[in-house]
Amino acid sequence: MTKASPAVEVSGLHKSFGRTHALDGLDLTVETGEVHGFLGPNGAGKSTAIRVLLGLLRADSGTARILGRDPWADAVEVHRRIAYVPGDVTLWRNLSGGEVIDLYGRLRGGGLDKGRRAELIDRFELDPTKKGRTYSKGNRQKVALVAAFASDVDLLILDEPTSGLDPLMEEVFQRCVEEERDRGRTILLSSHILSEVEELCDRVSIIRKGRTVETGSLADLRHLTRTSITAELAGAPNGLARLPGVHDVDVQGNRVQLQVETDKLDAVLRSLTESGVRSLRSTPPTLEELFLRHYEDEAVTR
Amino acid sequence: MTAAITSVPVARRNVGSRQLAGTGTLLRFNLRRDRVMIPIWVAVTALLVLSLPGSLESVYSTPAERADIARQMLTNSSLRATYGPVFSDSIGGLTAWRVGGYAAILAGVMSLLVVVRHTRDEEESGRQELISSAMVGRRAPLTAALLTALVANATLALLIAAGLAGQGTSGALALGLGIGGVGAAFATLTAIVAQFTESARLAKGLTGGLLGVAFVLRAAGDSATNDGSSALTWLSPIGWLENLRPFADERWWVLGLFVAATVVQGFLAYELAGRRDVGMSFVAARPGPPTGRLGTAGALAWRLQRGSVLGWSVGFLAAGVAFGGLTKGAADLVGDNAKTREIIERMGGQSGIEDAFLATMVGMFGMVAALYVVSSVLRLHAEETSQRAEPILANAVGRLRWAGGHLVIAFGGAVLILLLSGLGLALGYGEELGPLLGASLVQIPAVWVLGGLAVLLHGVSPQLSVGAWGVAGFALLVGWIGPALDVPQGVLDLSPFGHLPKLPGGTMSWPPVLILTGVAVGLVSAGLAGLRRRDLSA
Repeated sequence: MTKASPAVEVSGLHKSFGRTHALDGLDLTVETGEVHGFLGPNGAGKSTAIRVLLGLLRADSGTARILGRDPWADAVEVHRRIAYVPGDVTLWRNLSGGEVIDLYGRLRGGGLDKGRRAELIDRFELDPTKKGRTYSKGNRQKVALVAAFASDVDLLILDEPTSGLDPLMEEVFQRCVEEERDRGRTILLSSHILSEVEELCDRVSIIRKGRTVETGSLADLRHLTRTSITAELAGAPNGLARLPGVHDVDVQGNRVQLQVETDKLDAVLRSLTESGVRSLRSTPPTLEELFLRHYEDEAVTR
Repeated sequence: MTAAITSVPVARRNVGSRQLAGTGTLLRFNLRRDRVMIPIWVAVTALLVLSLPGSLESVYSTPAERADIARQMLTNSSLRATYGPVFSDSIGGLTAWRVGGYAAILAGVMSLLVVVRHTRDEEESGRQELISSAMVGRRAPLTAALLTALVANATLALLIAAGLAGQGTSGALALGLGIGGVGAAFATLTAIVAQFTESARLAKGLTGGLLGVAFVLRAAGDSATNDGSSALTWLSPIGWLENLRPFADERWWVLGLFVAATVVQGFLAYELAGRRDVGMSFVAARPGPPTGRLGTAGALAWRLQRGSVLGWSVGFLAAGVAFGGLTKGAADLVGDNAKTREIIERMGGQSGIEDAFLATMVGMFGMVAALYVVSSVLRLHAEETSQRAEPILANAVGRLRWAGGHLVIAFGGAVLILLLSGLGLALGYGEELGPLLGASLVQIPAVWVLGGLAVLLHGVSPQLSVGAWGVAGFALLVGWIGPALDVPQGVLDLSPFGHLPKLPGGTMSWPPVLILTGVAVGLVSAGLAGLRRRDLSA
């Protein structure tokens, strides 16, 4: 495997459960060494895609390669180089968290780095002697996170890994992801926490109804969306609404609010300066807006 | 001053008044969740009882024959231990004698499953928190669970009373109420046990063990006396049923024992439940080691199942010793009745009565071991549907390795417990160690076939795998009840146990043993092939 080949390569993936089409031609490419955000509304097919990548489900059609191999046929070999954290960790009632962490490490072969394990338990403030159900939701997630981050793997697959973590632990999680990236590991991060994705991810894919609707770097995606501008002008605004790519213009006296497609920003600024700018506030599109557009589409088409 | 006085009743009322709020809603909800399981269980148990009079009439057609069999059964201590004493040679009396105790056990198992399912299971899964956060009183969940079990047992009691009314209304009513009474007593006993452990599985296992103790107490008492008067018999709710004497001058006051046990145990359960937190138990979970030594899927499987293997081992060894000790008494049988002899032979084989008795016991252990193998194989199902298999299989563990760990324990554990039952029988009997161990081993192919069926069903679809319980239960019923009745051979042949040679005493026959082993291997292979191909259930 050369360094350039993607860690995950999925194209045209289909998977149905009875009449439900969970995946409907999904495409996803995760380059080696990147942190890739995997976004989509509930039920969009994120977990199904991940379970296909883990060889737990068999795709109906399409191709999937993970670390250059077939996720179904070569599951065991692939899994040696993968760590997985599910969104809802279930533990055994009579096993302590520490036992589960070590079990996962040994099942992968090779065990865990003891120093790193101890350090992570310390940072996540996890009590490894508690058993199964006595852990809270967030603490069960920590058990799986410690096992994943302490393992020596090439690819981390994290499916909404921080559900139930408090903001401090969320911070620890983000530092850990950054450290993993700095070590050259690839991370596929499915998440609903958009600030987390914005902070961590090099590229994102947004899926809806089992299909990829957007993919690219955050900068690329921002380009496709609108910047909102609020300006206080010296005189009345002049012909702003006629400019291409301008939406939702709201003029109140000398004050103007509008949305502009990011690649049409230039003309708008020129028009504003013609009227004389007293103050200007420009907000770049957030991932949230980007994402909400797809949520809203979803709600409308439903 | 007045405030202090009035505040006491106010506080008390706040604690007490709404404790049962929501019970009705929860009861309807429970009955809806159990809308398949309870009707099937009640129907099978009732049919078991109601089918008996017809069969008895065809096997013992004249009153003289019935009087004869009743006299002989009463004089034989081993048969008394197995079925209890006969108090009446009427059709109704023989029905109560032959299946009353077993139907009561089925009612007890139903109660324990229902009560654990709606109490400890709900707490362990965390669902209880959601329920309790609603307009639900502190005592409502336990009350609703007990009422669910009571509704099921009352239905069973009425069905039996109505169905047997033709044999005598008061006897039918007594038998129905007695069987339902055993079920009710075990419902509240389960509620007590469920307060002591955080694990639903352990609660079921412990109560199942107590049910076994109740059976053994009655058996031991009845082997010593022929009128149910032993103190040991009186210690067991199943013994109360025979002492109620349905169809033989019913002693109605004995019903009071069921009521008293149900009420007192229920009161205790409420007291205990009121003193602990939701999800917790009186036996607090101890902290575990901060690091672990488990390193393979097989070691994990053993860790999860070792407690159950230990419990079954102890139970099989102890029951083996107990029944081995009863064997000598089997020779007391006055062997001049062809019909009786025929029954014994059909139950166990051709040679000596003692060997026939031992062979019957060995066969019984085999059928009960099938329950073990099914429960052990279905751990795969539990692990998969609880999402615990997913992270294991996302590690470098193939599906065959994951399943293999549990299957070694299931199929190997069956060998272990059967050998222990054979050892126990030999210890209790005092001789024939070799033949009894061999006879126990001969049961293994049939046990494995039922285990293999569970593997196959799980390999095809995890939803189907629960059906293995139905098949194992059918084999058990056919084995228990079939030989004494005129069940067509075709039905008896459906159970793999029907094909095994009757050992000790009979002649060893290899073809069925080898064929059944082959069938078991085929079923397991097909099941594993299916498991490799299918989607893991989410």
